[in-house]
Parts: sequence; structure tokens; C-alpha cells
Amino acid sequence: MANQTLRKPTIAVTPEQYKSLSQQFSPKPTIAKNVVRAFVVGGIICAIGQVIINLFATIGLSRTEATTAGTATMIFIGALLTGLGIYDEIGKFAGAGSIVPVTGFANSIVSSAMEFKREGYVLGVGAKLFTVAGPVLVYGIATSIVVGFVYFFLH
Amino acid sequence: MDLKRMGNQTVVFANPPVILASYSVVGPKEGQGPLGKTFSKVWNDQLHGEKSWEVAESKMLQEAMQGVIDQAGIPKEQIDFMLAGDLLNQIISSNFAARQMALPFIGLYGACSTMALSMAVGSMLIDGGFARNVLVGVSSHHDTAERQYRLPTEQGTQRAMSAQWTVTGAGSLLLGKSGTGPRITSATVGRVLDFAVTDVNNMGAAMAPGVSDTILNHLHDLQLKPEDYDLIVSGDLGAVGLALAGEVLKKSGLDMGTGFMDCGVMIFDASQDAHAGGSGCGCSSVVFAGDIMQRIKVGELRRVMLVGSGALHSPTSSLQGESIPGIGHAVVIEA
Repeated sequence: MANQTLRKPTIAVTPEQYKSLSQQFSPKPTIAKNVVRAFVVGGIICAIGQVIINLFATIGLSRTEATTAGTATMIFIGALLTGLGIYDEIGKFAGAGSIVPVTGFANSIVSSAMEFKREGYVLGVGAKLFTVAGPVLVYGIATSIVVGFVYFFLH
Repeated sequence: MDLKRMGNQTVVFANPPVILASYSVVGPKEGQGPLGKTFSKVWNDQLHGEKSWEVAESKMLQEAMQGVIDQAGIPKEQIDFMLAGDLLNQIISSNFAARQMALPFIGLYGACSTMALSMAVGSMLIDGGFARNVLVGVSSHHDTAERQYRLPTEQGTQRAMSAQWTVTGAGSLLLGKSGTGPRITSATVGRVLDFAVTDVNNMGAAMAPGVSDTILNHLHDLQLKPEDYDLIVSGDLGAVGLALAGEVLKKSGLDMGTGFMDCGVMIFDASQDAHAGGSGCGCSSVVFAGDIMQRIKVGELRRVMLVGSGALHSPTSSLQGESIPGIGHAVVIEA
């Protein structure tokens, strides 16, 4: 039964050929649709933020105070919608449009907190809270320090 | 003693093991899919009253395994091995299911190819004379896989068009030395192939070379043609991987024709937002234990080749710049 000395059947495609085949057969990302949706939804989120800031200004807060209060409100809304299981649906539709605004930042932190709650509050929530948002904070803060130095020495 | 080997990498069973019973449990999304009616049990939600998704996945595997034992009506004392695997680190779903089943246990990891792998190994144990009955089963769960391999589930992001949807499901079979049912007649254990695919959102492309290699070698080892099978079905190549494997095999001189399908393509339809199709150990296990077993039983299919497809990557190796190796394991089931 045993016919021992074979070994040839090998697929007749080189890794280089496979790479181009793979590109040919993989669906292209729907860039135009994504850009339009991101623009519209991102714009709507920012417009809502502006309305809230203006409302705070009308009740007597200074411009800086109103901006801070408005941002905090948007973070709250982002966190709430994440908790209600709505923000990921918005994100699926809008992509960068709902990731880039501050509501998206809230989403990345709250979704991590919800996800890792089952591993406990210290090594779960505590350790994993910034899994997604961490890189943004690290490089955002690092960049602001560099820019701060540049500003300091130029003035 | 004659070797039961043919050609490069195929084993042909002298006394083909029988599939005595099959059982599948799936989540709600899979239940709403085109194969919804073929599954033994559909859960109403992903958590099923458990405290975590991981516990739910393990319970799902236990349910499938208990279901198959009940259906076969074989006392547990006559089951000599339990073979199981899943996608989670340290295959915890299988380990915790094995704790409940209390059977001699062999844990297997072949990523999404584990169902075909466990059927192959189980058949070898039986035909080799090491076991009377072997319980095999695998599971995957969308949410446990997402959090281990990708991002938190409530994170608002867009999935790539070539990405696949991990199936929530567990499938189990009871293989026996004798009895009535379809038989596993041969198996081809695959080689790991790596064609330098690094895109973690395109697992189909990572697995297609390994699957193609196994199909090519299987047919060459047994001197058969694709037409000799009523159905050649891959585990979870998805739409992209299936098209790629068809093209790679064509270039290698094999025209797969219309009888080449994929469980990941079959389990969801276009309206279910699964992009390129289903994936995960559960995918091929529930499609085989449900739809394909039914079609074999009613005589629609007489000879089927199931080629489990596995993407052997980890988030760690991917972050360190490694490409994604793929593998395919084939088992042949005859009515």
C-alpha cells in the first residue's frame, strides 16, 4: 500500500505572484463612501458640541469655561452612548467621523472599561483602561511637551 | 504490517470510523443565517445567563458534547478519548469543558482548522486500535475572540471589507469503531505554508495557500480528481480566501469546478454584515455537524472532503512583524 518516494505536489504560485493575486481578489476599501460619512457625522458631532458651548456661554460662563464645560458634556454623551451600546453602531457607520472627536476618545476608554470589568477592578479595568486610548495619550502628551519647549525657546 | 499511508501525507483507514452522532449549538446571529434550521440548538443571546463570554463558550461546547453523547446513546464509560480545541489562549474553553466531561482528554490547537484536525486524529486513534469511541468537538465565540484578537466589542470602529466574523458556535461528533452512519475514510494532515500575508483583516488570504496545498496533495496521494467528490468544502476561507484558493489551484493545474465551497461563505448571507464570511473553529464544526451531515444522511452527498483552514497567528507575533502562517487539514467522509 505504501508508495514511498514521492513529493512534488506543490502549488505553482510564488509568494510574489500570490501577493498580486491576493490584492486582485481582496475587496477594495470603500474610501469615497467612508470619507463622505466621516465628514457628515464628524461635522454633526462638532456642531452639537458648538451648540452646547454656546448654550453654556448664554448662561454666563466665560469663553474658556464654556469650552471646558462643553467638552466635558460631549465626553459624557460619548460615554453614555457607549454604555447603551449605541456608539459602536455609530462608529461602524461613520468610521473616523466618530473616532476623532472627543466622544470617540470617551468611547475608547469606556469600551475598554466595560470589556475588562470581568477581570476585576485592579488588573482588569485599572490595567486595561487605556489599551486603546493609551497611544493617543502618550504621543499626544509627548508632542505637546516638545511643542512647549519650542514655544518657550522662541519667546 | 502494511502502512496505512498513501503518497506524501494521506492516511487511508483500514476500518473507517463511523460518525455515530453529530450536534451543533450556535449563537443568535448564526441561527438567523441561511443554515439556521440545520443546527441542533440556537441560543437566544451571546451570554446565555453566564457571568462571562468565556464561560458561555465553554458551556456551549459542553452542551454540544453532551448532546452528541445523548443522541448516540453510548454510555460515557465506552468513550475512550475526548479531543477538543478552541481559539482562546491555553484553549480554556476546551479545558473547562473537559473538566466537566471527565474523560481522558487530548487538547488540540489548529486555530480554525481544529474540527478537521480532531476528526483526523480521532479516526487515527480508532483505526489504530487505541479507542472504541472518541468524542470530538470545538468551539468559538464572537466576543471572546474579538477581545483576545482585536478590540473591545463596544469600540466604535469599521471592519475591513476582507475581514470575517467569528462564529459563535460549538460542534461535536461521536466517532466509533462500529455502528451505522457516514464513515471517515481518509485524512490528509496539512503542512504549514506562509506566503507572507501580514494583514490581520484578511485571514482568508493567509490560509488559502495552506488549504490549496492540502487539497493538491490529497488528490495526488489518492490519484483522485475534484469531480470524484460531491463536495469539497473548506472551513473558513471566506469569500476572499475561497476565490484565491480556486485561483491558486487552477494555476497548479486543478480546476475545482462548482463543487468547491466554504463553510464561512455558507453560514451567513449578505444581509448579515459579516463581510467576507464566517470564521473560527465553530464555523466549520457547526456547518459540518448541521447542514453537511444532514445532506449526507438524506443521500444528497455521498463523498465529501472537509478541509479545515487555520490561520496560525497571534496578536503578539503580528505586532512583532511576523506574517501569518496558514494550514489546512482534510478529512473525507463517505455515506
